[in-house]
Parts: sequence; C-alpha cells; structure tokens
Amino acid sequence: MSTTPERWDLRLYTAGQSPKSLAALANLKRICDEHLAGRYSIEVVDLMKNPRLAKDDEIVAIPTLVRKLPAPLRKIIGDLSNEERALVGLQLRPHNTGAGK
Amino acid sequence: MMREPALPKLKRTARNGERELPKARTGVEGFDQVTGGGLPKGRPTLVCGGPGCGKTLFAMEFLVRGAMQFGEPGAFITFEETGEELAQNVRSLGFDLDGLVKDGKIAVDHIHIEPSEIQETGEYDLEGLFLRLSVAIDSVGAKRIVLDTIESLFGGFENQAILRSELRRLFRWLKERGVTAVITGERGEGSLTRQGLEEYVSDCVILLDHRVTEQSSTRRLRVVKYRGSVHGTNEYPFLIDEKGFSVLPVSGLGLDHPVSSERVPSGVPQLDEMLGGEGYFRGSSILVSGTAGTGKTSLAAHFAHQTCRRGERCLYLAFEESPAQLMRNMGTIGLDLAPHVKKGMLRIHASRPTLYGLEMHLVQVHKMVSEFEPRAVIVDPISNFVSTGTSRDAQAMLLRLVDFLKERQITAFFTHLTSGGTALEATEVGISSIIDTWLLVRDIEVGQERRRGLYILKSRGMKHSNQVREFRITANGVRLDPVKRGKGRAR
Repeated sequence: MSTTPERWDLRLYTAGQSPKSLAALANLKRICDEHLAGRYSIEVVDLMKNPRLAKDDEIVAIPTLVRKLPAPLRKIIGDLSNEERALVGLQLRPHNTGAGK
Repeated sequence: MMREPALPKLKRTARNGERELPKARTGVEGFDQVTGGGLPKGRPTLVCGGPGCGKTLFAMEFLVRGAMQFGEPGAFITFEETGEELAQNVRSLGFDLDGLVKDGKIAVDHIHIEPSEIQETGEYDLEGLFLRLSVAIDSVGAKRIVLDTIESLFGGFENQAILRSELRRLFRWLKERGVTAVITGERGEGSLTRQGLEEYVSDCVILLDHRVTEQSSTRRLRVVKYRGSVHGTNEYPFLIDEKGFSVLPVSGLGLDHPVSSERVPSGVPQLDEMLGGEGYFRGSSILVSGTAGTGKTSLAAHFAHQTCRRGERCLYLAFEESPAQLMRNMGTIGLDLAPHVKKGMLRIHASRPTLYGLEMHLVQVHKMVSEFEPRAVIVDPISNFVSTGTSRDAQAMLLRLVDFLKERQITAFFTHLTSGGTALEATEVGISSIIDTWLLVRDIEVGQERRRGLYILKSRGMKHSNQVREFRITANGVRLDPVKRGKGRAR
C-alpha cells in the first residue's frame, strides 16, 4: 500500500448539510482512516455560508474534495461513494488499467 | 446621424390578448427591431452558432449596452477567456469593460474548469456554480447575465445524467432569479446545440451563422424561437465592425415610406419630356439597363450633374471606374464633374464590388449616406453586385438599399448591365418590383444602321412616353431624338 511519508492536507467543499455532502464527509473519513491514519487533516468549507470561497479553488461541483498537499493539486468531485475511483483520484492507488474507468 | 427607425408596435401577441411579454432592449443596432423590442426580460436566451460567429461579442454588447444605456447592471461569467482577455477583445469596439467593472456596473467572473485535474466519484451537483452566479449577480445587482459558453462549463464533467439535469436546473434557476440571461452555445452536429437540450429550455433561441459563398463571407442571424412573442423568421445579415454588432433588418417591414410628388430633372431635357415633362419623382428608384456601351453611365452622370447644379449633394458609387477615369470620360461629353467634387457636392466612391460581401457594401452605403446626407445616390452598376453574391442575395440587398433610401427620400439611380443574348427586359436581379422608373437603352437597327434607342419600360405614377427615342451621345451630352426612318442605305 501507500508508503508516502508526507502530511495530507485535504479540503472538502460542501453546500449546507445536503445528503451528498454528508455522505462525502463520511466516506472521506473512512478512506483517510484506512489509508492515511494519523497524517491527514480535513478542512470542511461550507459554501452556503461563505460562497465567495468557491473562487479560490475554482469550485463548481458540490461536493468537491481538493488535495492541497501533497502537490500537485487534485480535485475529486462527487460523494466519494466509489472508493476505487476516490483512491485513484487521490493518487493513493496507481491509475492502472484495472482501476477507475 | 443615422436615425433609428421606430420599433414596430405589437399590439397583441398571445391569442387570448394577454399583455405583451416584457422585453429587455439589447441596444444592438437592428436587433431590437427584428425582435420587436429585444430579448425576453427575466428569461434565458440561447445564442448559438459555430466558432467565430460572434456569440461572445453579441453577449458582451448586450451586457455593456444594458449597463451604459439602459441602467441595467450585468454579470459576465466566462468559462473560456479570462477577464483581461475579454476586456482586450471588446476594447477594439470602444467598450471600456475595465471602467464599467470599476464603476460597479459590470461584474466579470472567470470560472476555470480543468477537466484533466478532476476525478469523478459518485453523486454530485453544480451547487458551487449556482453559488458563484449568485455572488456575481449580487455584487453589482445584476439584471442581466451572460454565460459564455455552456460547452466549456459542461465539457468538464463526464456524468451525462447529472449534466442534463443540472442544465435544466440552471435555466430554471436563472428564471427564478429574474435576470435576463444570454447563454452562448456551440452549434452541435445536426442540432442547434451539443446537448440538444438547451434550445428546449430556453425561452428564446438566436442562431448566428458565418458562411462563405464564393469567397466572400456573410454573417447571418436568425431568431429560431421566441416564446410568447411574434418575431421575424428571416435570416438577417449582420456585421461586426468597429462600432460593434449591427443587424440589418430586412426593412420594408411595411411599405410606408413617405412619398413625394416633387419632381427632379434627369439632366437630359428630352428625357424629362418623355417622363411627363418634368423628370423623375424625388425619392423614387430609377433603373437604366442596357448592354455594354449603351450610355448608361452617361445618363447617370447627367443626373449627378443636374443634382449638384441644383445645389443638392449626390453620392456616386462607381464599381467599374475610378473617380478620375469617370470624370475624364464624362468631360468628353461635356459634363464637367470636377467642380462639384471640389465644392463637396459630389462624392464619388469607387471600389471593387468583390472586395467585400454584399452586406458590407450595404453597411458602407448606410454609413456614407448618414455622413454625407446626399439627396441622390447613384449605383453604377448594380450588375456587379450580382457577381459578388447569389442572385437572391443581390436582390435582397437591393431591396434593403431601396427601402433605406426611400425612407430618407433619397432618389436612387441604378444602372444595370444586361448580358447580351438574353432578353433585355430580363433583368438578372429580378428587381422590377422595387423600381419605379425603368429605362432601357438598346441597340436598334434602322435600315442598315445600328443605332441606340431608349425607351421607358415603366414609370410609376406618371404619364410617360411610349416612344423609342434615338439615343445619341454628343460632345454636349446625351440627346434623345425621335427615330427617323432609315433611308435604306448607310449615310
């Protein structure tokens, strides 16, 4: 599995307490605990409260997960219910022919 | 100055006699006329077309003019170009986008979507987009909004089902916000748009087209759909020049030009005699047709000379000869045009008709007429226009030209070169119906001599001669004499 030593800095953009947002947060926590235990931080940004923040990371879709660190910046949209694709998106799993699409 | 013709009044639109749909004027020249007042107020309009058709420009002009002329602030949401690029692009049209942004009249937001850095997993929606639109709208109190282009937005996402439902939601949302929206879209294969859905959820659909026929390009605009309103269904040519967008309505929306019973002499006394003794009607359209070398230009020059001598300005559009050549040639038949040019009474504008498309010519004429304010316009010859477009285009253009001139009570004088072999009366352009006075110059054979003859094919509203007169070009101009019987041998 992943042996990356860096800290993971993640930001999840949501809009209110929608089921999709809640599902995304739950799925994200589960994935992180499993693969990045102890070396990740999740910041949840509610655009409903602070819509101007959408500009910073060019957010259009909700929910959007942004991997701020490690570089490069990655964006994953959706409720992260498809774990395989979420892992590929986070580059916790190599994007080989079998995974993802 | 060009006067903007009054908008046609639409009394009722719906069959049940409901009140006219409120409209938001675009300020785009000609467009508000075509649509009876502009775009549907508070509703979404789709502007679609291929690349380079002028979508973005149309949208931008709608927004800028809204802010400048109609007191409606606007938001421009671009998914393609950055704000700076946009400002640069419209600066050439004299729009100060930066200034309007600074004054809080226009908000520009560039939403950048990079599909390569996005991974999709599971359910999502585009709530982030809606929130950003809200921010942009609220920042200036926008009454108008532009989304440019819808493809760049939706191209970033894979899930077609989500995309389609969000597209519907977007249009519904815009309507709920009550903003007059222009959404631009790329034209799809076989349908107006890529998704084939946008045109159904829009209240109004404008199609822009840029086509090249025989190496000259023509831009056209068509109102495909306009819910709750009557609209012209024609294709209207439009132009993009240094002043922005201008749509040329196929005018003559009604045949209600002012009519004058004043007469203007033709410059040839004997011709006036044939035309009820007084010459042409002011503001009428006159056509002289004939084969090559029959003296059409001479008749035109006589009219120009006469117009200027009366102290009225005349615009001479020469499509075959340069001004110098025209003046030299007319000098040999005793018509000295140079003093009129010097005094600014006569303006000769020479250009090759193939240089531009037909519409460009029309707009040029519009501009020159607006600046110079002539009382007579001569187009010599119109047959060259036929070579630049299809015959139907040429006909439509002439119709618009005649209408434009008639509206302003400007006498229009056209010459037309008929090709040998065809019946002389068969004018290629088929413009008879828009011509009031039609003169024909043709070769006639008298005995064994070949002479030129002139007769009046028609002249509306006046008693005119039905004689064929012998047409002679002398050192003192054109003379028209009764045809003498040939003696049977050459003299």
